Amino acid sequence: MNGGIQAEGLVKRYGSVLALDGLDLHAPEGQVLGLLGPNGAGKSTLVRILATLLRPDGGHARVCGFDVAREAQAVRRVVGLAGQYAAVDEYLTARENLNIFGLLARMTPAAVRARSEELIERFDLTRAADRPVRTYSGGMRRRLDLGVALLAAPRVLFLDEPTTGLDPRGRAEVWRVLGDLVKEGTTALVTTQYLEEADQFADLIVVIDQGREVATGKPAELKDRVGGDHLEVAVRYASDLPPAMAALAAAGLAEPKADEDTLRVTAVLPGGASRLADVIRELDTGGVEVADLTVRRPTLDDVFFALTRKADEHDRD
Amino acid sequence: MTVTDPGTAPTSLTATDLGTAPTGLGLALRDCAVMTRRGLLRMGRVPDELAYNLAQPIIFVLLFSYVFGGAIPLPGGGPFKEYVVVGVFAQTLAFMGVGTGTGLAMDMSRGVIDRFRALPMANVAVLIGRANAELVRAVLVTGVLALVGLLVGWRTHTGVLSTAAGLGVLLLFAYAMTWVGIAIGLSVRSPEVASTAGLLWVLPLGFVSNGFVPIASMPEWLQVVAAWNPVTAVVAAARSLFGNPLGMAAPDRLPLEHPVVAALIWSLALIAIFIPLSLLAFRRSARRG
Ligand SMILES: Nc1ncnc2c1ncn2[C@@H]1O[C@H](COP(=O)(O)OP(=O)(O)OP(=O)(O)O)[C@@H](O)[C@H]1O
Ligand SMILES: [Mg+2]
Repeated sequence: MNGGIQAEGLVKRYGSVLALDGLDLHAPEGQVLGLLGPNGAGKSTLVRILATLLRPDGGHARVCGFDVAREAQAVRRVVGLAGQYAAVDEYLTARENLNIFGLLARMTPAAVRARSEELIERFDLTRAADRPVRTYSGGMRRRLDLGVALLAAPRVLFLDEPTTGLDPRGRAEVWRVLGDLVKEGTTALVTTQYLEEADQFADLIVVIDQGREVATGKPAELKDRVGGDHLEVAVRYASDLPPAMAALAAAGLAEPKADEDTLRVTAVLPGGASRLADVIRELDTGGVEVADLTVRRPTLDDVFFALTRKADEHDRD
Repeated sequence: MTVTDPGTAPTSLTATDLGTAPTGLGLALRDCAVMTRRGLLRMGRVPDELAYNLAQPIIFVLLFSYVFGGAIPLPGGGPFKEYVVVGVFAQTLAFMGVGTGTGLAMDMSRGVIDRFRALPMANVAVLIGRANAELVRAVLVTGVLALVGLLVGWRTHTGVLSTAAGLGVLLLFAYAMTWVGIAIGLSVRSPEVASTAGLLWVLPLGFVSNGFVPIASMPEWLQVVAAWNPVTAVVAAARSLFGNPLGMAAPDRLPLEHPVVAALIWSLALIAIFIPLSLLAFRRSARRG
């Protein structure tokens, strides 16, 4: 338990903006925790507090057992950070950046050299390693930024949208490196806007909205919370939409929704395949000409919309 | 015996030997050295910045010595050329602090400073390293300006030691102004504001002084301000150490009676005030976000 992250009741105010509103979060050691939330939810604020860059106005947090406010220096020795915007020195080369940040991370010169070469190769920067970062593409900068975060082999990693702006190969590489790290016991807190990535790579997901935690769980658990499978029936003619809706209702599906633009009727399908037979029979009875029929598991997008919308409604009450 | 397949074995990302770095004060000093090196590397990469540092003072030296040179008589006598070069030195060094503040504000806005703050390094090294690198820049700028001065006919008339002392007084002042710039750069957030805020107070400081015109030519109330201006003390100190004309018949105000002492007190006082202020501003930025 000691190696993870524990935050309780974190509060952070920027003037009149309440960025964190009593946030709780627990990340077990050696796992990837995916942090999801809409823009402005407080993700970066949380990361900055945990990385000792910001002081919380309330609550407390521990990283690897060290209090982020009272034992900041100890926290800094065990964490690596890649913020939302690449923070490397534009005028220096990749090698120089790695060298300087490595020495400041209190590594020996020899260790910094060896480690830098390893990371340069790993992040595919060999050919550009001696050019000023100013001449890099956004993705190259991002990769160097991640390399710097990994320099001192941190036990806890904070990555704020590490894959934003990377091409698919770069994104895959980031997740692969992260996977290797976690296998070796590192704990990672990763924010991302790519929900399918979080689905695939995160062990645990925390959804936050308006500075509060709204759901925590494994990806599969969260999907179960937004209900069962989704059924989608596509028809050929708009005139088939009402009978299709009636058919789904007759098969016992709650609240079917029709979309006139895409000519689709959708509903949550409880009970899986057995209910599907009823649906097809009812559609047939109703004489609906079906163009396509799909059943899909809910995605994290569904979770995201359902949970963050709920928080929204809650707020308006 | 273990056999590893070099083709597929992934490089370990955590099991690296980090070595044992020195501890305590040694580490803090190493941080300062690393940060100084960073500053110097950057300086080398942006030669246009240095050129920009130099362009204006070189133009000033040429303008003042050739255009106005013959026309301005000095109280106390002496050639105007020799008088004005030291004024340009001090003016230039005072303005360099503005660039320091702007650069620091730029680092802050780009998140580089955040990265330093998230490291287990000695935080002061971020500031000390920058001040050190700026001091090197000040030495370069002073050297080039001295050469240009020599070309237009500026000379020192005292010994090597006294000349070196004069340069030392100028550089100490440059170092003090660097810390003023650092404090400003840390207190405001954006590079633009840092630049404007810096100029706003350096401009009068540079011009309401004995740098370009004798104080005696100013209205009475302004003479008082000019006499107590640190730039005036520094310029008068350097002129007297170089053996250049002082531009006054007889010193009539306290700082001008003892210009070297006044210059040292001013510079040391600025350093003593603005180093702690800078550190405070640096810590405070952790709370603001
Ligand atoms: N320095 C600041 N000053 C004032 N308000 C701020 C500051 N930083 C963040 N905020 C506000 O705090 C709230 C949370 O911001 P934060 O950056 O943590 O969100 P986020 O979840 O990271 O968003 P995004 O997905 O857009 O990166 C937002 O309303 C934002 O406007
Ligand atoms: Mg963010």
